Amino acid sequence: MSTVSLGIAAWGLVTGVAMVKSGLSIPLALLMNFTVFAGSVQLAVIPLMMVAAPIWVIWATAVCINLRFVIFSAQWRPYFMRYPLRQRLLFGYVSGDLTYVLFMKRFPEPRDDDGQVEYFMGASTTNWLAWQLPSVAGILLADVIPTHWGLGFAGVLALLGLTYSLLSDRATALAAVIAGAAAVAAFALPFRLHIVVAIAAAICVGLMIDGGGDAGRRVLTALGRRKLQPAVGQANERATA
Amino acid sequence: MSDSYAFITIVGLTVITVVTRAFFLVSEQEMVLPDWVKRGLRYAPLAALTAVVVPEVVMTQGQLISTWQDARLYAVAVSTAYFFWRGGILGTIVSGMVVLIPLKLVMGW
Repeated sequence: MSTVSLGIAAWGLVTGVAMVKSGLSIPLALLMNFTVFAGSVQLAVIPLMMVAAPIWVIWATAVCINLRFVIFSAQWRPYFMRYPLRQRLLFGYVSGDLTYVLFMKRFPEPRDDDGQVEYFMGASTTNWLAWQLPSVAGILLADVIPTHWGLGFAGVLALLGLTYSLLSDRATALAAVIAGAAAVAAFALPFRLHIVVAIAAAICVGLMIDGGGDAGRRVLTALGRRKLQPAVGQANERATA
Repeated sequence: MSDSYAFITIVGLTVITVVTRAFFLVSEQEMVLPDWVKRGLRYAPLAALTAVVVPEVVMTQGQLISTWQDARLYAVAVSTAYFFWRGGILGTIVSGMVVLIPLKLVMGW
């Protein structure tokens, strides 16, 4: 967790700088940072706010970027449903990409006893601090932090490492290649819908391979008949091996 | 942009963060997902991350880059090599940035 935080921190810093440079006042930039708490959304809507785009367009963009969290929330259910509603809303609000990936690798099956929620809160707190502190620094020091160094790319590299750690066999690798190609091909879609297209494409390919139908078998043959395991489970085995 | 415009936008964005992240955590109703949906959803996080990362590496201003003189390509190549050689996120980030920053500052890529 702490190692991934470095990338998150660099990303947060750059987002903080970007918000102020786009013309948001410092109080509003701080407000956005502490309430919205979604780096990819913030970076995507800042250029839209700069040109005073219609508010509904900005909100629609944010919903599309966050659609992946709707999918993630379905997977949080078995872990969190025994808690009261207010707590579930809090859990949902603080769960970012990082917390999701690290948690699901560590706890592929929901169980009652072994400190899952404690792990979740610890990871979320670390993630929150690693994002908020550098963002605030970026907002306050926007004029002195150089952006042409490409520090923001550290966030991309952190996500890249996370992506690689989810690859467990040739089926997941193929799904990732398809998702990447689909994202580039569909990039011109409005509201960053290319992310949704990529998810749909990868799920189709994954289901086709897992399903054992005719097309899936042919893909498997082409890939060399590697035995297929559930993606998250196998990644976990490898991490603990 | 006016402050009231920005304020309303930000409040709405906050609501969107909460609603999307807690979407399926709200209802108490038992939710039974068909088996194929569960299998399919396993690919969603990987696909979402890939869809965010790949355009950040190979696209500029919404266009596929057409030059090799782009620091990001070499940073990602080194990061990838590091990840599959040693593993670990920290080394993946650091090795990529060590390549990226000099290429950007010295070569202007």
